[in-house]
Amino acid sequence: MLTVGKAVNGLALSQGFCFRSLFANHKGLLMRILSLGLLLAGAMTVAAHAETVKPAIVYDLGGKFDKSFNEGVFRGAEQFQKSSGVEFRDFEIQNDAQREQALRRFAKDGFSPILAVGFSQASAVEKVAKEFPKTKFTIIDMVVDAPNVQSVVFKEQEGSFLVGLLAAKASKSGKVGFVGGMDIPLIRRFACGYVQGAKFANPKAEVLQNMTGTTGAAWNDPVKGAELTKSQIDRGVDVVYHAAGGTGVGVLRAAADAGKLGIGVDSNQNGMHPGKVLTSMLKRVDNATIASFQAAKDGTWKAGISVLGLKENGVGWALDDNNKALITADMKSAVDAAAADISSGKIVVHDYMSDSKCPE
Amino acid sequence: MEIYATLIAITESGLRLSVPLIFACLAGLWSERSGVVDIGLEGKMLAAAFAAAAAASATNSAVIGLAAGIIASVGFALIHGFAAISQRGNQIVSGVAINMLAAGLTALVGNAWYAQGGRTPPLEGDARFQPLTWPGAEIIDQIPVIGPLYAHILSGHSALAYCALIATILSGFVLARTRFGLRLRAVGENPAAVDTAGVSVTKLRYAAVIIAGVLCGFGGAYLSLGQAAGFLTNMTAGKGFIALAALIFAKWRAWPAFWTCLLFGLLDAVAIRLQGVVVPGIGQIPVQAIQALPYLMTVVLLAGFIGKAIPPKASGLPYVKER
Repeated sequence: MLTVGKAVNGLALSQGFCFRSLFANHKGLLMRILSLGLLLAGAMTVAAHAETVKPAIVYDLGGKFDKSFNEGVFRGAEQFQKSSGVEFRDFEIQNDAQREQALRRFAKDGFSPILAVGFSQASAVEKVAKEFPKTKFTIIDMVVDAPNVQSVVFKEQEGSFLVGLLAAKASKSGKVGFVGGMDIPLIRRFACGYVQGAKFANPKAEVLQNMTGTTGAAWNDPVKGAELTKSQIDRGVDVVYHAAGGTGVGVLRAAADAGKLGIGVDSNQNGMHPGKVLTSMLKRVDNATIASFQAAKDGTWKAGISVLGLKENGVGWALDDNNKALITADMKSAVDAAAADISSGKIVVHDYMSDSKCPE
Repeated sequence: MEIYATLIAITESGLRLSVPLIFACLAGLWSERSGVVDIGLEGKMLAAAFAAAAAASATNSAVIGLAAGIIASVGFALIHGFAAISQRGNQIVSGVAINMLAAGLTALVGNAWYAQGGRTPPLEGDARFQPLTWPGAEIIDQIPVIGPLYAHILSGHSALAYCALIATILSGFVLARTRFGLRLRAVGENPAAVDTAGVSVTKLRYAAVIIAGVLCGFGGAYLSLGQAAGFLTNMTAGKGFIALAALIFAKWRAWPAFWTCLLFGLLDAVAIRLQGVVVPGIGQIPVQAIQALPYLMTVVLLAGFIGKAIPPKASGLPYVKER
């Protein structure tokens, strides 16, 4: 009984707040509507609570349509909108300075939860979350320790391990490549998992690694991505995995143009060059987005850290009609076995970010 | 042999990267030789890249894309010309305005048309200038030493890359050896003298600005149809400004401009290639150091090695006829 009373009370308050901002200049009207709101609130069920959820998203520099990481979040949010009918707002930043502004703007306008995409938003989220302690923030790819921030991180090394294994099995030359976006520990974690997977499948496998750059621009430079890929192919690589956001568009295209295989990342990119993309390392940011918004809608949203690995279905590899012919039965059984072993803990994939080292 | 193959690969990559620089640099050369300073190379290339990608994706034809790119670029060039020549406005201001206009407009229109964050849809097949493979390239590639030179340096580039070479030859010849070129250079040095001789300064300058627009159109189309497969917001990424630096370095002459741009492209390719490579005796070079290399070299070359670079005398000055 007590909890129901609390919920109703909270609802009335939040509705009152909402109306007040609308009719700030009409005090009489405001009072009438307030009392009406209170009456209505009493009659409403918990489902009506949904109306107070106003999700918003701030994308990272790669942009909403990077066909990869940010786009995964966007697709998840779209799906949530379709299933729940709750509209969301989003913003694409053009430079680093806009992160804080965008977050603050959304918080000021009463949006909650606000989803910040990407590790580079951490400091901005930390700051703005402190200013708006009642607003819910969710950050993907980084941990922010605050009472109103939910941090979602993935075990990319586990998904990368699987595609590394597939790459080494598909490679004829025994050389596989990796093209990263910005040179940061997170991307090194992808690379490290990939190397481990490749060596697991073929201890003699050689892995060539390149990073596109050291600034945010490295997420959106397909020309450079293509040049790096060509340079790796010249050195004998025949499967290239990218973890480079929009830059990866160039990586996959260069691999496809040269008749080699690419491996997509974050979203399912198999369809970008059907038959030329071996597989994609799925990072289910879409699920994470839906989960966060849904939890906020249901009132079960909690601050804290959630780590999503293979076991939690947070990462995986993509198999669909576009790459069916590329994955042999032998490859599939090997990767399934490895996935089961990782989930059960029999194989432990080293996490680069735990000690900033990658076992050779 | 390994080293030789690496050298070939770097040169090949350098050639690919230098093509847009060559076009932009030649465009700057034409414009500045006639006395019109062109800061707007970047913006014109960007507009051309967008128009080319949009037209190519609509018609699935790279040639129509190129034509659209040239039209867009010439359009911007005429705006610059109108402001700088007819209205005698400040040429720097007009150029900067063109850069800003192009950067904003392409992203805005792109987003409105395709709703992909300012991108155009990816282009496939005939909508792009594919690398041309010369006859017998694959067989000749087997011949040691000379084979790869033919197969990777001469053959295997997009048609627009060969256009860059042709443009250099033509620019060099026309500017140095024809009456039109002589008059054009004179307009950049001493427009009053040209006017006294009964030749229209305005017409010559407009001609130069339009030629610059056409060249920028080629450069932009190469970016979106040759090098990448579609337009991306701000994909020129400062190439127009690097081309301006190359122009100074080349002392406003066509062939030196060509070689300078090749050098800049090559440095870029080296930076890409040296990443993650273990250099004997030094070990693995940090990515950051490699990426700073082209800029460092540019500064060193510009600061120390070129001697005195004297721009055309009337460059940047609007011509006012005395009455």
